[in-house]
Amino acid sequence: MKFPQQLIPGPLKRPSAPGERGNGSGNGNGNGAGPVDQLKEVPADLVGWVDERTGGSGFLTGMLYRKVPKGTNWFYTLGSATLFAFVVQALTGVFLAMYYTPSADEAYASITHLTNDVFLGEFVRGMHKWGASLMVILVFLHMGRTFFFGAYKYPRELNWVIGVVLLILTLVMGFTGYLLPFDQRSFWATVVGVNINGTGPIIGPYLSDFLRAGPEFGATTLARFYAIHMLLVPGLLIALIGAHLYLVVKLGTTAPPWVSAERKPKSLREEQV
Amino acid sequence: MNRAEKEQYLREYEVLKKKGKPFFPYAVLKDSAMMFVVVVVVVAMSLVLGAEQGPKADPTTTTYVPRPEWYFFFLFEVLRVIKPPELVPLATIGIPTIAMVLLLLLPFYDRNPERRPERRPIATTAGIMTIVAMAYLTFLGAAAGSPTEIEMEVEPQYEAGREVAAGLGCLACHKFGENGNSLAPDLTHIGAKLPANAIERTVRVGPSFMPPYEDLPPDKFDDLIDFLSSLQ
Repeated sequence: MKFPQQLIPGPLKRPSAPGERGNGSGNGNGNGAGPVDQLKEVPADLVGWVDERTGGSGFLTGMLYRKVPKGTNWFYTLGSATLFAFVVQALTGVFLAMYYTPSADEAYASITHLTNDVFLGEFVRGMHKWGASLMVILVFLHMGRTFFFGAYKYPRELNWVIGVVLLILTLVMGFTGYLLPFDQRSFWATVVGVNINGTGPIIGPYLSDFLRAGPEFGATTLARFYAIHMLLVPGLLIALIGAHLYLVVKLGTTAPPWVSAERKPKSLREEQV
Repeated sequence: MNRAEKEQYLREYEVLKKKGKPFFPYAVLKDSAMMFVVVVVVVAMSLVLGAEQGPKADPTTTTYVPRPEWYFFFLFEVLRVIKPPELVPLATIGIPTIAMVLLLLLPFYDRNPERRPERRPIATTAGIMTIVAMAYLTFLGAAAGSPTEIEMEVEPQYEAGREVAAGLGCLACHKFGENGNSLAPDLTHIGAKLPANAIERTVRVGPSFMPPYEDLPPDKFDDLIDFLSSLQ
């Protein structure tokens, strides 16, 4: 499969080996060219302009054309699927937030309005609700792949730790988001969930007091869950996803464990020459 | 892993990487296909399953049996299985916390350089057993029945009354066969213990901490009494 090279602006083209000619830096030499030819240079010029001021093309080409090890299969798409489920949650969440009122008196009515009156309201809410389940499933599948392929071993231990924190934060999102529709089901499940936290040793009671904003469920409890669900955890998630991806690019994805470099020592020697 | 093993891994990885293909466009293409699948699944689930809104939260009701989101069922089930009060903190906080710490520190205690699952029998077995245990607990949590479901077999004419009892949340305190809790008397054989008029009076006024149900629509009230009286 070939990606049409002419669609890629010069600075983002795959860096050519020294001595090789061809996909140069794309500096538009407009002398004597017709207006159409000059127009064709615009994307390259724009990218060149940004690159001159950021130096970002080295990073981008390094990221895009880094080699993915031999034998990489469909199991390796579970991470990006999880990332994309998060993006879906973020986008649908923004639309829900436009109509949601985080107060105990009005939350339920705002959801009724969103569900029944707003154009595609129920559809977007359904995407957010079921997207959450899908994201949890994908997180676990991605973790399963990492576990059984031994991908958490040297040098990727830190990325495993970040991943486990991301799993916990995803579950916190599920727990805090469950209260927001403020129907019987979500209310009582959250009451019990918070009380369960309260049975924990030492910090348990403080944690449940913090979540409830006091000893009892009150008017500010919902606002607190809303702030955790909308600001605190998403911020942490985005930061940690960034760190997770940075390490993936830096360290590279693992090869499947049964793909061995030593199977064919002959070809290996040829590669090294 | 000792230093030699680390260096060997990095060397092998370099070779495998050299033999590989560039991330763009090969891996990007697969990832994009997977993203497309994710969107299609979310859209389909939203269209098919919708986003139903339950009755409004009412902090004054005490009859609602709480149910968490399905992916917390396994935790919920651990709590249901472990009954003795002195062990409850262990079930609620102890086991999940230990599991999370074990998960977080996995790369630090599993120092075996081997990566093939079939050559790491302990890790692979532990992983599979964890998945089976979580799947089983999730299944049990789901099969525990919805808070508004009484699974007792009754004659067809009493099914309407059974639905009324389920909808009122009687299970929050009473037991019906396998379902419900033991805060209040077990109703599995209530028809054999009390005559119909005594049942009716009890439901109407609500003794002790039980709420009165005299405001129930008359037809539902009669269905409920017929159902309860039929429980021999």
